[in-house]
Amino acid sequence: MAKKPQLAIDTRPWRDPAAKPFVRIKNVTKKFGDTIAVHDVSLDIYKSELFCLLGGSGSGKSTLLRMLAGFEQPTSGTIEIDGQDMTQVPPYNRPINMMFQSYALFPHMNVEQNIAYGLKRDHMPKGEISDRVAELLALVKLQDYGKRKPHQLSGGQRQRVALARALAKRPKLLLLDEPLGALDKKLREETQFELVKIQESLGVTFIVVTHDQEEAMTLATRIGVMNQGEIAMIGEPTDIYEFPNSRFVAGFIGSANMVEGVVTEDEPDHVRIRSAELGCDIYVGHGVDCAPDQLLWWAIRPEKMHLSREKPEGLNGANVTRGIVEDIAYLGDMSVYQVVLDSGKHIRVSQTNSVRGNPDAITWDEPVFVTWGDNAGSVLTV
Amino acid sequence: MRRGWFLPIAAALGFAFLYAPIVSLVIFSFNESKLVTVWSGFSTKWYAELFKDPQLLGAAWLSLQIAAVSATMALVLGTLAAVALVRFRRFKGRTLFSGMVSAPLVMPDVITGLSLLLLFVAMESLLGWPQGRGMLTIIIAHATFCTAYVCVVVQSRLSDFDRSLEEAAMDLGASPIRTFFDVTLPIIAPALVSGWLLGFTLSLDDLVIASFVSGPGSSTLPMVIFSKVKLGVSPDVNALATIIIGIVALGVLGATILQLRARPKKARP
Repeated sequence: MAKKPQLAIDTRPWRDPAAKPFVRIKNVTKKFGDTIAVHDVSLDIYKSELFCLLGGSGSGKSTLLRMLAGFEQPTSGTIEIDGQDMTQVPPYNRPINMMFQSYALFPHMNVEQNIAYGLKRDHMPKGEISDRVAELLALVKLQDYGKRKPHQLSGGQRQRVALARALAKRPKLLLLDEPLGALDKKLREETQFELVKIQESLGVTFIVVTHDQEEAMTLATRIGVMNQGEIAMIGEPTDIYEFPNSRFVAGFIGSANMVEGVVTEDEPDHVRIRSAELGCDIYVGHGVDCAPDQLLWWAIRPEKMHLSREKPEGLNGANVTRGIVEDIAYLGDMSVYQVVLDSGKHIRVSQTNSVRGNPDAITWDEPVFVTWGDNAGSVLTV
Repeated sequence: MRRGWFLPIAAALGFAFLYAPIVSLVIFSFNESKLVTVWSGFSTKWYAELFKDPQLLGAAWLSLQIAAVSATMALVLGTLAAVALVRFRRFKGRTLFSGMVSAPLVMPDVITGLSLLLLFVAMESLLGWPQGRGMLTIIIAHATFCTAYVCVVVQSRLSDFDRSLEEAAMDLGASPIRTFFDVTLPIIAPALVSGWLLGFTLSLDDLVIASFVSGPGSSTLPMVIFSKVKLGVSPDVNALATIIIGIVALGVLGATILQLRARPKKARP
């Protein structure tokens, strides 16, 4: 559902070093008393992006969003939007609108009045206001609900009213705080799709705060992973998943097996890591910025490994280990095997269930071999 | 013992205990006889009698004025106190302040009245104001204890007020003042009205505090009734009491309805 890449440079301005960012957060720090909520964050966001700030609670993602909206003042650093310094501008003078997590619909106004509120503050002529409101109601498919009060709407409808109200003033930038958090799973999936469609058709820049990694992966053009007030990694969803830059990112996004190891061979075209935990050597088919005897970590996704009964060949005497199947979680499309290695370390391996009701499938308590390719895992030094 | 009939009987006894005296008073206000305890037929003549009594009517008018003004003063002060307590969550002495605001709720009237009387006397000799005691001192005294009630009512409304509503208004381009009038005020208005009504009825009821701080020529309605009753109960007092019960009941009912309506509608699925 994320934006289809047509021409890399057209749809991914962040890959173009000459592109001018639309939102520029420079060295922003926010302290509440002694606690540092956001620490020295710098972030560039480009026009028409759908940028997700992803992090657990207390990671500082919401504080960063509230600083963009103007509800909090950075302790230091600047925020520029479309080339203008917005750091000192109060929220009611910013060309930004926000969709609140609680939706924050005015309970004493009906749907139309809620949507028109921002337009009235701009002293837009009455006729234009009603045209705009009708247009927005059509956009969020609530044409027949204009006269209802917020408490007469369902959760999904309220979410759409909140979106329409936030879009009414045609902001250059829309901030969304956990936009789908209050919806149930099925509705959330549908709404994700609609949200991306609306974003694409209007070309507004979206910044979405979420703690739900699946949501971030589906929505975003790029994701900024936040941890303890700092940006841990910025990248496209595939980068974040396949090439995490740290143990935190590898562990936070999706599931990963992580082992400690020591570098035994450090060549420009390959690296060999000895891991006691894994019970074998890891052969990595590309150079890594490390030194011999350095202690580092290696992370691999469960679906990048393969299970077999017969001992596979491996790679240069590496990348094969063995263990016993301790548990199997059958998920329909695939099964996740929990394998306990000789060292006592548990790893998870997922296998696609490509044969229907396979009687020959690997089962509980079977000794198995686990193998992987030379490029399947990530070497992590931090 | 089965719960089936125990609870209704307990409830009935409780209500009878509370309301039997009031009901008998209302019934006897329609008694024809001059003797308060003897029923001799239905009549509304004591109501007519009542409206011919200038002393009672004057006192009633005074009481209504005092109630209206002191409730309004209490509304402003109590709302400010509630805003301070709810919005500035971590200021020094918050607990002390919130305890002190609600102290008049539990303070015996005699003590409140006496302390206010002493204050007024001291102020008069030191500052020359307020000169003597009368309507003004009663208003100030009533505003004092009504403030506590208003504060409690408004505080409960404000504490479940979703701050993001105000932020949303500002986000959509409303200045802070505009936000207050467009969003905050309409949402807390029911609490303000019910706080005012509560203050109004409390002021109208008060006898003890008013007796302490009133002066010659400024007897409130409860004071006049009390002194009349001391000379023997006359049926027109029953009539007056019935009217007051009616007004107070309407006030309390109004306040309750507004409080209920003010509750945020939690219809989220």
